[in-house]
Amino acid sequence: MPKGYTHPKFIAPPAPKSGKDSTKVAIVGAGPVGLTVAIDLAQRGISVTLLDDDDTTSHGSRLICMSKRTLEIFDRIGIGKLLEEKGVIWNKGRLFFQDDEIYNFDLLPEPGHAWPAFINIQQYYVEDFLVQKAETTPGIELRWKHAVVGLEVHDEGASLGIETPDGAYKLDASYVIACDGAHSTIRKALNLPFVGRAFDDRFLITDVFMKANFPSERWFWFEPPFHDGQSALLHKQPDGVWRIDLQIAANADPEEEIKEDKVRGRIERMLGSDIPFEIEWISLYSFRCRRLEKFRHNNIFFAGDSAHQVSPFGARGGNGGVQDADNLAWKLAKVIKGEAPDNLLDSYEAERIPAADENIKNSSRSTDFMTPKSAAVKDLRDAVLALARQEPFARRMVNSGRLSVPARYESSPLITCDASTFNRGLLPGSAAVDAPILIDGKEDWLLKQIGQNFTIMIWGPTPPNIPTDILVIQIGPENDPSGLIKERYNMREGTTYLFRPDQHIAARTHQFNQEWLTAALARSAGRH
Amino acid sequence: MAQYPKEIRVSQPDDLFEALVDAHENLTDAESRQMNSRLILLLANLVGDLDQVLAAINKARSSITAEQK
Ligand SMILES: Cc1cc2nc3c(=O)[nH]c(=O)nc-3n(C[C@H](O)[C@H](O)[C@H](O)COP(=O)(O)OP(=O)(O)OC[C@H]3O[C@@H](n4cnc5c(N)ncnc54)[C@H](O)[C@@H]3O)c2cc1C
Repeated sequence: MPKGYTHPKFIAPPAPKSGKDSTKVAIVGAGPVGLTVAIDLAQRGISVTLLDDDDTTSHGSRLICMSKRTLEIFDRIGIGKLLEEKGVIWNKGRLFFQDDEIYNFDLLPEPGHAWPAFINIQQYYVEDFLVQKAETTPGIELRWKHAVVGLEVHDEGASLGIETPDGAYKLDASYVIACDGAHSTIRKALNLPFVGRAFDDRFLITDVFMKANFPSERWFWFEPPFHDGQSALLHKQPDGVWRIDLQIAANADPEEEIKEDKVRGRIERMLGSDIPFEIEWISLYSFRCRRLEKFRHNNIFFAGDSAHQVSPFGARGGNGGVQDADNLAWKLAKVIKGEAPDNLLDSYEAERIPAADENIKNSSRSTDFMTPKSAAVKDLRDAVLALARQEPFARRMVNSGRLSVPARYESSPLITCDASTFNRGLLPGSAAVDAPILIDGKEDWLLKQIGQNFTIMIWGPTPPNIPTDILVIQIGPENDPSGLIKERYNMREGTTYLFRPDQHIAARTHQFNQEWLTAALARSAGRH
Repeated sequence: MAQYPKEIRVSQPDDLFEALVDAHENLTDAESRQMNSRLILLLANLVGDLDQVLAAINKARSSITAEQK
C-alpha cells in the first residue's frame, strides 16, 4: 500500500441495455498512453470512448522517470502544473563500481527551458492527474470495469466484445486504439507476434518508504559489495518513497525472490541496519526488448506497451508510449475531420517504428552491459568500468541506461528537407526545443505558443496570404531578449520554421516563400 | 567499410611482441585477462575511427570462424 497516495475507486457505468453501442473512436486501456491519447483527441474535438478493465490507477509505482519531452506533452494537454507540484526534480547521476564512485554526470540542460531533464513521480500519480483531466474534458466517456474480451474486424472498423460487472455488450468503433499494455487483448485477438529479444536476467523492482537523506540523484552500482556481483539502482520519488532495483541471477527462483523477508534482507545489506524502512511494492521484472511488426492494422492502432516493450533502464517504456500518443492524436483528428487523407495515418508507424527501434536498441545495449553473457564479455565490461575511473573515453562507454530523448522523425514522409543551408538550428523532424519568449511584455515559453494546428515561426514581418488556420509566431529582438530563440533555431531575417500540431518541426527555410509553405503543409498533412 | 590493411605497419615486430608478453608478467590469470581487455579498449580509443576498429574486429573474428571450417 502506498504511503502518501490513496487509490481512488472509479465508478463503473452500466452496460448499454440493448447489448449494443457504437462510437467513432474506442481506446482500450486507461494507462498513461490511453489516457493521453484520449485527452489529446478530445481537445482536438474528437469524441472518444475509453475502456478499462480496472477501476483505479496503476497498482504499483512502475514507471517513475518522466522525461523532458513527456513533461512538455503533458503540459500541452494540461497536467503540467500538477506534475511540477508533486514530482521530484533530479539532474545528477552517480555511478559506482565495487567500492568506489567512478564518475558522475549532470543532465541539467542549458538554462532557458520550462522543464527539467527529468521529474520522478509514481505512475499512479500520473494516471490520477490524467484521469482528473479526462473527467473534465468534454468528449471523453470513461468506462471503468469495461473489459475488452474480443475483437471482430469489419470493413468500417471493428466490433469489440466487452464484459462489465453488469453484463456484456458489443461496441462498434470506426477506429480502435489498443493501449492495453504488454498483455494486450487486442494484439492476441489479431494473433500478432512480437519481434525482438527476451532476456533471462531479472530485476527485483521495489519501492521502499524511508526517511533517508540521500540526495535527489540517480545512483547506480555495478557489483557493489552489498549485492554480490550484480547491479543495483537507487532513485528518489515523492512521498519519501525510494525506488530500489536489484539485479537477480538468471537462475534464481522467482517465487523465493519476491518473498518480503528475502527482499528485506537484501535491502538491509544495501542501506545498512540503521535506516528503518517499509517495503511498499515488490515486483520481479524480466526484460523484453521487442515490438510488433506493424503498429497499424487497418483502423486498429497499437500504442505504448501493446506495441513495444523495452527494459526499464533508460525510462524509455512509458516515455516512448506517451510520444506514440502525441504522434497519433493529431493525425487521427485530422483524418476524422476530413482535413487530411487516410494515408496520414500510415505515417504513424513510419515515424513511431523507427522511434521504437531506437528505444529497443538503446535499452538492449544497456541490458547487455549490465548482464554480460560470457566470461570474456564480462572481462571487457569490467575493463570499461575499471578504466572509467581515470579515462574519459571509457566513461562514455559505461552504460547504466541511456536516458530517453525525444525521437527525431528523420526518414518520415511528412518531413520536408531543408530548402536552404542551415549551419545550426534544429533539424526537420526534431521536436521543437523550448526557449524563453516575451508575450505582451511578460515572460513565457516558446513551446506554449505553438498551436493545436500547424504553426509557423518567422523572424521578421508576417508574410501576406498565410492560410487563416495557420498560427504565426513572429520573432524579433523585442520578444527574444535572451537571444535563445535566435540561437537555438539559427534565425535571421526571413528564417521560418513550420511546426506540426505535435510540436515537431515539419520544415524550415531561411527564405520564406508561399510555394515552400504550401508544399510543406501538404506534405506534412499526408498529401505527398 | 574499411578493410584490414595487408601492409606491415609495425616497424619492430619482435619488440612489440615482447612488450605484449612482458605486460603479463607476474599477473594472475584474472589480472592477465583484465590486462588484455583494457588493452583492447585503450588501443581502440587510440585508433578512434569506428570503421578502422571494425576492420580489425572483423579480421579477428573471421580468422577464427575460418579455422572452424
Ligand atoms: C512491474 C512493472 C515495472 C515497471 N517498471 C518500469 C520502470 O521502472 N521504468 C519504466 O520506464 N517503465 C516501467 N514499466 C513499464 C511502464 O509501466 C510501461 O511502459 C507503461 O505503463 C506503458 O503504458 P501503457 O499505457 O502502454 O500500458 P499500461 O500502463 O500497462 O496500461 C494498460 C491499461 O490497459 C488496461 N487493460 C489491459 N487489458 C485490457 C482489456 N482487455 N480491456 C480493457 N482494459 C485493459 C489495464 O488495466 C491498464 O490500465 C514497468 C512495468 C511493470 C509491469
